[in-house]
Amino acid sequence: MSYTLTRARKIQDTAAKALIWLGASLTVGFLLWILWYILSNGLAHVNWEFVSSDYTSIGEASGIWPMIVSTIYMVLASIGVAAPIGIMTAIYLTEYAKPGSKLVKVIRFCTESLAGIPSIIFGLFGLTFFVGVLGLGFSVLSGALTLSILILPVIIRTTEEALMAVPQSYREGSYGLGAPKIYTITRLILPSAMPGIVTSIVLSIGRIIGESAPVFLTAGMVARIPESLMDSGRTLTVHLYKLTQELYTIHEWNQAYATATVLIVVVLVINTITKLIASRFNKATY
Amino acid sequence: MQSASIDTTAVPATGTILPQSGRRRDWKEQFFKILFLLAAIIGVLSLAVIAYFIFQESLPAFAEAGVSGIVTGTEWLPPALYGILPMIVASLASTIGAVAIGVPVALLTAIFIAEVAPKWLANIIRPAVELLAGIPSVVYGFFGLIIIVPMIQEWFNVPAGNTVLAGMLVLAVMILPTVIAVSETSLRAVPKTYKEGSLALGASPMFTIFKLLVPAARSGILTGVILGIARALGETMAIIMVMGNAPAMPGSILEPARTLTANIALEMSYASGVHASALYATGIVLLVFIMMLNGTLLYLNREKAK
Repeated sequence: MSYTLTRARKIQDTAAKALIWLGASLTVGFLLWILWYILSNGLAHVNWEFVSSDYTSIGEASGIWPMIVSTIYMVLASIGVAAPIGIMTAIYLTEYAKPGSKLVKVIRFCTESLAGIPSIIFGLFGLTFFVGVLGLGFSVLSGALTLSILILPVIIRTTEEALMAVPQSYREGSYGLGAPKIYTITRLILPSAMPGIVTSIVLSIGRIIGESAPVFLTAGMVARIPESLMDSGRTLTVHLYKLTQELYTIHEWNQAYATATVLIVVVLVINTITKLIASRFNKATY
Repeated sequence: MQSASIDTTAVPATGTILPQSGRRRDWKEQFFKILFLLAAIIGVLSLAVIAYFIFQESLPAFAEAGVSGIVTGTEWLPPALYGILPMIVASLASTIGAVAIGVPVALLTAIFIAEVAPKWLANIIRPAVELLAGIPSVVYGFFGLIIIVPMIQEWFNVPAGNTVLAGMLVLAVMILPTVIAVSETSLRAVPKTYKEGSLALGASPMFTIFKLLVPAARSGILTGVILGIARALGETMAIIMVMGNAPAMPGSILEPARTLTANIALEMSYASGVHASALYATGIVLLVFIMMLNGTLLYLNREKAK
């Protein structure tokens, strides 16, 4: 190989390497930019008063307590509906169904299709079906039922993976001792797969907190503490959206920054929890 | 049905370690099997009910304006005209722009994590990408609204920064985590021997990455890109907050526009009658695009299976 050719190749190599570093720096740069901009403007305004006060459209003393309560209701109700269904579906798929059977294929196809549907379509459906046809009105319950369909694929897939990771020898050992199937599932397989199942629920919680379009179409935007599940409620993300539509005074700007900060902190906490569970899960020896 | 329960009960039970035995256990086994099956069918039912309602509700609009009147109509003036071609154009334009900007950055980042970065650095960047995936879309929208929109207004000297370009930029960042995660996995799945062989022949590491690893991971990377496209097409809130939402046909990327998703989210809460039905029709058009993407995915995975 001639000297000039190797030289050209060296320049190309350096350029390619520089490009890769640039790409990675851009990705990390975007993240740091968003985090820095929102946290530096918002952290100063997040305090106990902001978190624990009611919302008033004007003034400094306004807070986000009703939105926190609405978000918590939304999370509990959605998980309460979706987790049992999702976990039982995963149990059916991994422990009962014959792999490759027609029914399994249909169930897989449907859950994968559900996972691909844009969330606004769920909002559209929830508005027609839960709010309208079932007569639940704009309520936390309508929102939670809508979101529970949205998170169902996440719970099914992650739980299935956790169940499949339980070694086959566990099942064989249990059946070999004469234990019935349901006993084996509840006493042996589910406890072994628990970290994975908890991860699937934590991931779903993140998804519920982050959603906004399907939420305001079904749960409404009333900025009060919902008295029951049948009451309308405004979640934190919907609140941030509403705030950005009326950014006039400095207080409104501060509230928007502070609400965005709270959301980012929640995401950070959720990601840390999943990391912790995953690292403990990986350390566990089968 | 019967054989499944025989399998587990055929082994003689010692009685002491088991809670129940005999017929009662059979009954219990059957009960749980049916319970789990019923739960599994709920997912199937949900999809069927969603498809039925979206389709059913869109019929009046298609009946009144006609499929071509809606899909190729350029004027959205409810309750007279229901053309959503401007929204289709806006959705496609913002998505194509997001892919053009986001995919190269994402692919380079994936290569960095999988091949170039020292282990400790990769272990910092991977959670950073996951964090990017976890940030709610409203927060991206808020960031776009206060940073990107004013920036575009200043740089391009336009009356308002709420433009298709702003949507492209915000979506480009939002699809990064999806494309990065899937591409990284497929780059790692390329057999080690490929790389070793190439390096042993004297090819440089960069030549190996771009001429061997990336082509070998092609179908996985394409899967990531398609998932990214689906995410961009389906995104609603961030887009509403930065794109201006004017329902007219955008003349350039420096004009405001309204995507299919934005059309639904903005008008659904007060629309009624044929107007509401036209929003369901908007949803159907969006779903057709998503189905085309899913079809492409199935095709890609079939090719990979061969």
